[in-house]
Amino acid sequence: MSQDIKKQITQAHTEYKNGALSRRDFIKYLSIAGASVGLLGGPFGMSALAGKSIRFDSWGGTTSEAFRKYAFTPFEKETGVEVVEGQFGDMDTYLTQIKASYPPGGEFNLAHLSAVFDYARYVGLGYDSVIDESKIPNLQNVMTAMLKPLRKITDGKLSAVPYDLGQTGLAYNTNQISKAEAEKLGAGILFEDSLADKIGTWGEWRTNIWYAALYTGQNPNNITDLDAVWKALRKQQKLVKKYWSSGAELMSLLANEEIYATTAWSGRVANLQAQGHPIGYLAPKNTYSWMEYIFVLKGTDMDTACQLLNYMLEPECAIAVAEAQKYPPSLDPTKVDMPKSVQKLPAFDPSGELDGYLFADPAYWNSKQIEWAEKWDRIMAGA
Amino acid sequence: MMQEKSWRPWALLSPALTAVFFFLVVPTLFVIVYSFWLRAPTGQDIPAFQFGNYAKFFADMFYPSLLLRTIRVALEAVALSLLMGYIPAYFFAKTESRHKNMLIILILLPFWVSFIIRAMSWINILGDTGLINFILLKLHLISAPLSMLYNEGSVLMGLVQFLLPFMILNIYVSLEGIDKNLVPAAKSLGCTEWQAFKEVTLPLSLPGVSAGSLLVFVLAAGTYLPPMILGGPQNMMMANMVFKRVIGTLDWPFGSAISVILLGLIGLIVYAYNRYLGISQIFKSMQ
Repeated sequence: MSQDIKKQITQAHTEYKNGALSRRDFIKYLSIAGASVGLLGGPFGMSALAGKSIRFDSWGGTTSEAFRKYAFTPFEKETGVEVVEGQFGDMDTYLTQIKASYPPGGEFNLAHLSAVFDYARYVGLGYDSVIDESKIPNLQNVMTAMLKPLRKITDGKLSAVPYDLGQTGLAYNTNQISKAEAEKLGAGILFEDSLADKIGTWGEWRTNIWYAALYTGQNPNNITDLDAVWKALRKQQKLVKKYWSSGAELMSLLANEEIYATTAWSGRVANLQAQGHPIGYLAPKNTYSWMEYIFVLKGTDMDTACQLLNYMLEPECAIAVAEAQKYPPSLDPTKVDMPKSVQKLPAFDPSGELDGYLFADPAYWNSKQIEWAEKWDRIMAGA
Repeated sequence: MMQEKSWRPWALLSPALTAVFFFLVVPTLFVIVYSFWLRAPTGQDIPAFQFGNYAKFFADMFYPSLLLRTIRVALEAVALSLLMGYIPAYFFAKTESRHKNMLIILILLPFWVSFIIRAMSWINILGDTGLINFILLKLHLISAPLSMLYNEGSVLMGLVQFLLPFMILNIYVSLEGIDKNLVPAAKSLGCTEWQAFKEVTLPLSLPGVSAGSLLVFVLAAGTYLPPMILGGPQNMMMANMVFKRVIGTLDWPFGSAISVILLGLIGLIVYAYNRYLGISQIFKSMQ
């Protein structure tokens, strides 16, 4: 219905501009437009006169630049659909924006999110949609191991398309810590007394509890001795110079040698290494792994969304984006040939099976959120 | 005639009052209402009327101590801004330089640059590999970099950098309004330069000092960015905690309760200030 009205108004506008429509008739159509504001949506229905567009939110910086250059610009050229970009600093901030929009999620379409536990949170809040997989033929190239956890949450259906892989591993300054020493320390590098005031870590509760669990010899997805974890984190708090809050801050701290060891996002480390900084990357056993996916929010024009998602999963596009972002794509390396540049990226798995990659169990971690996040805030503040 | 005129100020004020009502009063009421609600495990808000969020705040000393720290840091920022701001303000008021207006514009110059950029730039100055440590190391005055970042000192420095112009301008306006004949009159009666300042200039500039102090205090108590960018693990302030609860755990009800408590405490301080010093003093500084 609303599409029909949009079409009619666009036609009337064009005819008026061409002089084929009298002013009186045009005013009449305009009145119809005014009455149809509710159906059209958007401020005063002016979106009806604009071209087709879709909003895509991502992490900003090199991540967004790669999407713009290798995915959105060519997609726009090919289809005429405009991709309107938004950015967020972290997933929690973005989820708050979604929650605060009216209707929740209504202003947003696609989002480049991380971690399956957030997929579960979005679904739990009712912001999910159902993707018609037949409209995304390139999905068949995506690793089954990445699709499975999403399907499990949404009863076999998909509300997002896996796009890349990453890890929150450990970064260290190779001028200060040798590779052998770093490997020997493993997760203990974040708790090493000799590195006091030179340790950094992301100020996020899951990451730190995860590594404290590894440090105390526990399975992060089933922590049995929680007191040991809190004790380790209290010890670490006295050694930490900065709990960083963004990828840019992480890179600045490492590049300026403010810190020598930290938890770090694998892609950011790869970027620092590419820039020539003396930074090593360490992924001890059960490193915190995560998958990033493009979530389709409720209320999105699904045809346009599927069109863009299919384009982004084209091997040529996905590999170019991966090379620029420094995160391996979700494409199965046994089905799609990966160039050497991708094979060298941290977290790349040639088997496509992701065996040995430990992801946060969404049910386990989401159930602990309030209690552990608040406890973590207290520890971080020195209480 | 009188009746006709009485509605005019209200009519003229109505756009501003409407804006204040919709953009300040209504959102504040929303926050107050939210503070009584509950959070579902999924992050949804459940309408309710209960005091659990307030009870949680006072359940132990963690949150109250954070509140006290915020007030302490805000007061320290006031004291430092006052110490550092009075002398320039006095200089601007007394100088007869033809560049006086230019000097005052210089005070406002930092506002032309984003606060985030100003705060981040301190990292390049105070950091371990920053300018100061670089020079001191090169001059062999120190053997290891001095730790100048990510502590309360650097937070205070960021706050003072941001708030100093507010203090200077308020004091300046107050000093500028003092009758220029009063100091010569005091001197003619036998006062020394210092006595004239102490007995005449200083008391008459107090409305500006009060106005500046109140403004700096309120802005510092609600600050978010300086502790986040320049602070260390133990320098979190209340606004950062509100952010953590509202954004980090999607706990809008508890985040709202923290906001209401902070708002209430600042309101109480402003009320006490008005009770004992008088808000009207502030307006004197602007006359």
